[in-house]
Amino acid sequence: MAVRTVTAVAECPECFGVVELNDVMENEIVQCGECGVDLEVIGLDPVALDLAPEEDEDWGE
Amino acid sequence: MRVGILYSRVRAEEKLLFEEFRLRGAEFDLLDDRKLIFDISGGVDSTCYDDYDVIVERCIHHGRALVSLRILNDREIPTVNSVQVADVCGDKLQTTSALTAAGIPSPRTKVAFTAESALEAMEELGYPVVMKPSIGSWGRLLSKINDREAAETVLEHKEVLGTYHHSIFYIQEYIEKPGRDIRAFTVGSETICAIYRDSPHWITNTARGGLASVCPVTSELNDICVRAAKAVGGGCVAIDVLEDPDRGLLVNEVNYTMEFRNSVQPTGVNIPGRIADFVLQVGREGWAAANS
Repeated sequence: MAVRTVTAVAECPECFGVVELNDVMENEIVQCGECGVDLEVIGLDPVALDLAPEEDEDWGE
Repeated sequence: MRVGILYSRVRAEEKLLFEEFRLRGAEFDLLDDRKLIFDISGGVDSTCYDDYDVIVERCIHHGRALVSLRILNDREIPTVNSVQVADVCGDKLQTTSALTAAGIPSPRTKVAFTAESALEAMEELGYPVVMKPSIGSWGRLLSKINDREAAETVLEHKEVLGTYHHSIFYIQEYIEKPGRDIRAFTVGSETICAIYRDSPHWITNTARGGLASVCPVTSELNDICVRAAKAVGGGCVAIDVLEDPDRGLLVNEVNYTMEFRNSVQPTGVNIPGRIADFVLQVGREGWAAANS
């Protein structure tokens, strides 16, 4: 499959700052440049961001 | 060749892998573990993964990875890594048991099931000791225990606040390493590259601020890492190696869903490319041939 990416500007759901997104794909993890929180791209059409999930006990390599 | 990529989130590693598969002209589908439903009782959906020649596991959750790989491998769908590798590497206790049973030099390790026996095990090893949860990564909940009083405190906290698996006590001798450890990347039967992780802190994970620099892959390092990889079942693994001043190289841990974003630049090795090549080889020739 071809991975669809977009370049756009979105609003951080934590601090309402502007997040610049360059060639991001759905489910990609990005960081807000203003408040530093980790965000997940949850939609591309339209572009939507949500807070990335908190770390769980069995997360890792 | 049809490749499936089982994932939780798209991190730097996943994007690099996608690009390498794309460069090789490999068709791949993304399988989000949050949306998966495995019908393991033989319904219509039970065969929906049969068409994949190979599935790459990139879950963040060890539990989801283990269950998915078990279901896929039981249906003879090749995966990287295999459920055997995930099972052994996802649990430090199993990893150490596999390594030591295969004669791989490792830190002295004891396992106990009660606070009393754990304390006895620590006294036998001699302080300081390191206690770790058997399942977990990124240096979380590691305790360096310097004396008996600290041991009693940590054990009481584990017993009162911990969940069931925190009452299986995994206790290691503390290795006086030279302000760094080694992370080596093994693909099939070759150690493709390695980094030093320098840190003034005794926990050297790059996820915890350890700095990466290139480490030469000597024949000694390659040999111990390839043997360690074979001991856990092969595949693509990242091996943590400690340098003991008296005993030389000791294998500490083996990671089965390797993170490599901080290691490509210092080593100059295309780690995701080598992983993609291995995955495609497993798809074409099978797990055993790719590991030979």
